[in-house]
Amino acid sequence: MPVSIPDELEAVAGNGLLHRRLFLKGGAAVLGAGSLGLMTAAPAKELPPWMRAPGRPLSGYGSRSPYESHVQRRVLAATGADGAGGSWTPLEALEGMITPNPLHFERHHSGIPDIDPDRHRLLIHGMVDRALFFDMDALSRYPMVSRIQFIECSGNSYLAGLPRRPINDTCGVLHGLVSCSEWTGVPLSILLDEAGVDPDAGWIMAEGADAAAMNRSVPLAKAMDDALLAVYQNGERLRPEQGYPLRLFLPGYEGNMSIKWLRRIKVTAAPSMTREETSKYTDLLPDGRSLIFTYPMDVKSVITSPSPGLVLKGPGLYQISGMAWSGAGRIARVEVSADGGATWGEAALCEPVLDKAVTRFRMAWRWNGAETAILSRAVDETGAVQPTREAIIAAKGRKFAYHYNGIQAWGIDGEGQVSNVYA
Amino acid sequence: MFMRSLAAVAFAAFTAVVPAQEGPELGVEATPEEVAEWEISVEPDGEGLPPGSGTAIEGEPVYTLYCFSCHGLEGQGQLNDVLVGGHGTLDGPAPLKTVGSFWPYAPIVFDYIRRTMPYQQPQSLSDDQVYALTAYLLYLNGIIGEDEAMNARTLPEVRMPNRDNFILAYLPPEDD
Repeated sequence: MPVSIPDELEAVAGNGLLHRRLFLKGGAAVLGAGSLGLMTAAPAKELPPWMRAPGRPLSGYGSRSPYESHVQRRVLAATGADGAGGSWTPLEALEGMITPNPLHFERHHSGIPDIDPDRHRLLIHGMVDRALFFDMDALSRYPMVSRIQFIECSGNSYLAGLPRRPINDTCGVLHGLVSCSEWTGVPLSILLDEAGVDPDAGWIMAEGADAAAMNRSVPLAKAMDDALLAVYQNGERLRPEQGYPLRLFLPGYEGNMSIKWLRRIKVTAAPSMTREETSKYTDLLPDGRSLIFTYPMDVKSVITSPSPGLVLKGPGLYQISGMAWSGAGRIARVEVSADGGATWGEAALCEPVLDKAVTRFRMAWRWNGAETAILSRAVDETGAVQPTREAIIAAKGRKFAYHYNGIQAWGIDGEGQVSNVYA
Repeated sequence: MFMRSLAAVAFAAFTAVVPAQEGPELGVEATPEEVAEWEISVEPDGEGLPPGSGTAIEGEPVYTLYCFSCHGLEGQGQLNDVLVGGHGTLDGPAPLKTVGSFWPYAPIVFDYIRRTMPYQQPQSLSDDQVYALTAYLLYLNGIIGEDEAMNARTLPEVRMPNRDNFILAYLPPEDD
């Protein structure tokens, strides 16, 4: 019976030189038999070690493959204050729309408290009929809702577009202060209604139980609209670094306002002008004045693959994959350019496309091996279009650090190396 | 830059309306004493400032003990934020945002120091110490005198230089 030679074994040069993959598959011993025909009949099977013995036992809480342990958040902490700083989600290593809980970005102002849920209470007071405490047991009996939504630090992407010269780092370091989860919790409006909000109230002040007692003011309209007291993240209780046992979640608003480790809500007439919303999280304009209360995160997208650190291995067919999101609602469409922004094509949006959630987009691309730049541009359901870096700088200067949402261009050189470029 | 399309507006109109929900009303009423114990906020108009008082002269040794290692000599910055100076730099090419050049409300300096600092031991200072530190930072920034006492009456009267340079990007909805 004739032996068919699989493609991967075909000769690549004269005088018997075979494709190098043969060595990887068959091994030297098989080659020693002197005939390709013998390979398929060889009695000594080369089984991988994980097929020759039972694997690990069952476990109560899962862990990822050790071969994936290199996928890590990038941590940047303040010197002398280990708990203050951020860690960036490695976007270039992830797919789909959901961020795994252990890789959700972090931004803390005084470390991660280990809170005993049995000793944690939420106080709602101020301009209400009755000041009320809620413990976690009580909250567990309230009606809950689940929503898949992103949260983004307002300082996200600053590194990608505002420095004078492009910083070259991974997509995660440049854009990874955004993550997307299914959040489950109690609508804040239910608890505010129970406390009885004074008709003259206009704001709430939310405060965390971390060592910074981090606090922000939130418009009462937002608190009554879609604010959530989140208890679960992707089906399990919140991670400590995401506010265990209770966090405020404000869909679409800058992440700093979604107070973690929530302990207190004070209903007020006016904003509390906390340090976080005045000295930080304001945008300095060229004339020396600053924008304050810049809440919604604007429409943004970024190609996660290919992206810096990943290398295109020669011309051919690739899939461009990226993520898009908007604090104003759903993503309507994402356009991709593979010629530095000269022409654009519409990418496929991966279902489901949800309100204020990360939307995955994909597009097939045949790279011809020549130097180019690839870009993505998102449009949300309100019609807002992700602006160019030039337009943002023309409008707001370069002295601000928050709410940068410029179009990201990845340069690709003739070797397939990808880098951050200002197109 | 921010175009609106009719199609998008029509799409938004189909967003589902979630009916108001009711809870089991398990909130436990908090007594005024309990609320007072939990309440650490100072509002920008000074509401919530506690009794006590302090001057810059009194604040300097407190600063040296608790703040110097991160914020440097006289608030010039070391490992962490610069607290002093930067006046007149905000509209220039190298803006320096400090308590003096940028913060709009003096009572919030008290609020932030009391709730968050010193970093390793927040909420460990007495109210007199926090008033004294607040006075010291305001003095170093040339906003008050060295022996001016800061307290619940005087601190709200301090006019911060950058007070009027913020533009509201959010306006609450009008009442019906």
